[in-house]
Amino acid sequence: MSLLISGGTVVDPAQGLEEARDLLIDNGKIAALEPPGAIPGEGRRLLDARGLVVTPGLIDMHVHLREPGEEYKETIESGARAAVKGGFTAVACMPNTQPVNDTASVTRFILDQAARAGLARVYPVAAVSVGSEGQALSEYGDLKAAGAVALSDDGRPVMNPLLMRRALEYAKTFGLPIISHCEDLDLRADGVMHEGLVSLELGLWGIPAAAEEVMVFRDINLAYLTGARLHIAHVSTFGSVQIIRWAKSVGIEVTAETAPHYFSLTDEAVRGYDTNAKVNPSLRTAEDVAAIKEGLADGTLDAIASDHAPHSSLEKDVEFGAAAFGLIGLETSLGLSLKLVHDNVLTLSQLVAQMSTNPARILGVPGGTLKPGSPADVTLLDLNREWQVDVTTFASKSRNCPFNGWTLQGRAVMTIVGGKVVSSEQ
Amino acid sequence: MPGRGAGPKAVDRELLTPRSERTHMEFRRKDLLGIADLEAGEIRHILDTASSLKEISTRPIKKVPTLRGKTVVTMFYEPSTRTRMSFEIAAKRLSADTLNLTVAASSAVKGETLADTAANLQAMQPDLLVIRHQASGAPHYLARRLKCGVINAGDGIHEHPTQALLDLLTVEEAKGTLAGLKVAIIGDIAHSRVARSDIHAFTKMGSEVTVAGPATMLPPYLETLGVRTTCSLEEAVTGADVIMMLRLQLERMGQMFLSTLREYSVNFGLAPRHLALAQDDVIIMHPGPMNRGVEISPEVADGAHSVILEQVTNGVAVRMALLYLLIGGEKEG
Repeated sequence: MSLLISGGTVVDPAQGLEEARDLLIDNGKIAALEPPGAIPGEGRRLLDARGLVVTPGLIDMHVHLREPGEEYKETIESGARAAVKGGFTAVACMPNTQPVNDTASVTRFILDQAARAGLARVYPVAAVSVGSEGQALSEYGDLKAAGAVALSDDGRPVMNPLLMRRALEYAKTFGLPIISHCEDLDLRADGVMHEGLVSLELGLWGIPAAAEEVMVFRDINLAYLTGARLHIAHVSTFGSVQIIRWAKSVGIEVTAETAPHYFSLTDEAVRGYDTNAKVNPSLRTAEDVAAIKEGLADGTLDAIASDHAPHSSLEKDVEFGAAAFGLIGLETSLGLSLKLVHDNVLTLSQLVAQMSTNPARILGVPGGTLKPGSPADVTLLDLNREWQVDVTTFASKSRNCPFNGWTLQGRAVMTIVGGKVVSSEQ
Repeated sequence: MPGRGAGPKAVDRELLTPRSERTHMEFRRKDLLGIADLEAGEIRHILDTASSLKEISTRPIKKVPTLRGKTVVTMFYEPSTRTRMSFEIAAKRLSADTLNLTVAASSAVKGETLADTAANLQAMQPDLLVIRHQASGAPHYLARRLKCGVINAGDGIHEHPTQALLDLLTVEEAKGTLAGLKVAIIGDIAHSRVARSDIHAFTKMGSEVTVAGPATMLPPYLETLGVRTTCSLEEAVTGADVIMMLRLQLERMGQMFLSTLREYSVNFGLAPRHLALAQDDVIIMHPGPMNRGVEISPEVADGAHSVILEQVTNGVAVRMALLYLLIGGEKEG
């Protein structure tokens, strides 16, 4: 039976649309998008969306689902459940599983598990190098054929610039983007948090902003050299924003994302040795936070992605230095990002572009728009509903969230994937 | 004393006077984790208590019953001679029962987590845990989980608060005051928990602190802590009342912080010629153990200005004071 979503405000940046529209879903596709009342309701399932915002399904282009190998932290099913609960109809999952997703068989396994879960769409990102060890190129052609949408050695960045050059060229051969985790591991050394006043006071080894920025510049240079498609992951510093802004201004093709924690928290969150604030890249300073917001506002940064990185108490309930990097974000990403809209940093259209339209374009996947004929991936938002972050209610298997107890304004109330309601609060 | 008296932070003058006649404030802390958390008044109280307890160590029978029936556990995840001995002697002079857990003999080598080790200790109901750990923040981690008090005996590159307190006591005994003194701290500031604690301690008590070392060992933002920084040993010691030399951790040699020990010694080793630049009555300090001939020449270490062994003596007094303040007597509420 077809589904008519009526009375809502449709925000679809791909069509330059932000007005009242009724949306008809039929057979897993968007069948029609018309002014209010224009689509007859008889014989259809009706959904009253008055007071709600209707957007193309949100896409989180950077998550870690931990399966295969670390199912005690997250599975593809639990991660996909967290995704749809957070308003995401699709996620792109990083390859740092065990084994690493560097072969078509692992890529296919991920897709099979995602299909079995039947919740969010899951797009595997495959490894740049075999085992993400930075030595040899993995089989990009095979990986693409199996369903990989991009390549990344996220978390274990490619240190060898020659390998990075070849990877960009080889990825170009198959039309795949490379998502670069920009970090110079030698400069990071033993660092565990941002190098600044807080690291000095806490006696924790610092990671300078330069450890990120030198690699952002290197990879942008290599993208220019090769003409390949480069996407910079989780931008966290003032300097990185400046470099990317410059690159775009001179016509270098590069895209970039940031994560909600980089515009919501600073290194002050580490005080008290809170391991949930231990994340890579590090939480930076207020100056960096301001630059990230500016970068989102002027389009230097194309996407917001959570870098959802589940860890259990085994990795987090330990001394700060021994704790794993990473925090979970699928269920808070939208609420934290909506704060940028409430604070007039971004328009709602900009936010939807950064959380749906642009990720779809960068990854070359369907969705990101409500144009008739598109997959019926839709998120319904209540912009004003206040809610409190409570990790005990999370669908994710992990609890490593530094936002526990925060009050946020606005959340997803319904998530529809391929015409099927996969999460609903009604 | 205009000029010299102007410390980097505004300080209540009364607190800077030793053995003041003020009624002692209650020391209500469960733990001593760092100098950064302490108020100047609390530091004053600890120093005064240490002074009054010092005499016990000079008696023929060096023992008072104050902490009889209390159990103090020392847990050292890093090698230590003087700090550990100092705590043990302090506890014994106050009649506490002491138990020393060494890493090699403990479960740490069997892969037990710090939290589990602590929980097991807690189950044996000690009154106080003294911990040294290679991870910055490890004592804070334990203090949040344990009912018993925790004293930080050095955590990673973060703090070594009892060292700073004994340094304050030693300087105050030699100089009669802390306010307005010029204190130079020389060496690897970046990786020194002694430096961090001393910087907090001396600035809180109204001293003017200058730190010096090669730029590889001076972390950014140091000035934010209220100190002056320089890469010149000569500049730092000029006019100094107190010169504190830090131990050069030799493992830094392999980590690109320095070229050679020889060059470090030439540029940052304290030699007799430097003393002429300082105040006539300058005192020389070192937290130990010393690398003689590296950061300090034997002539200076053993010379008339050296108070290095007084530091060790005062270490016992300060630790007795802390044990007494944390677990001596009844605390209401």
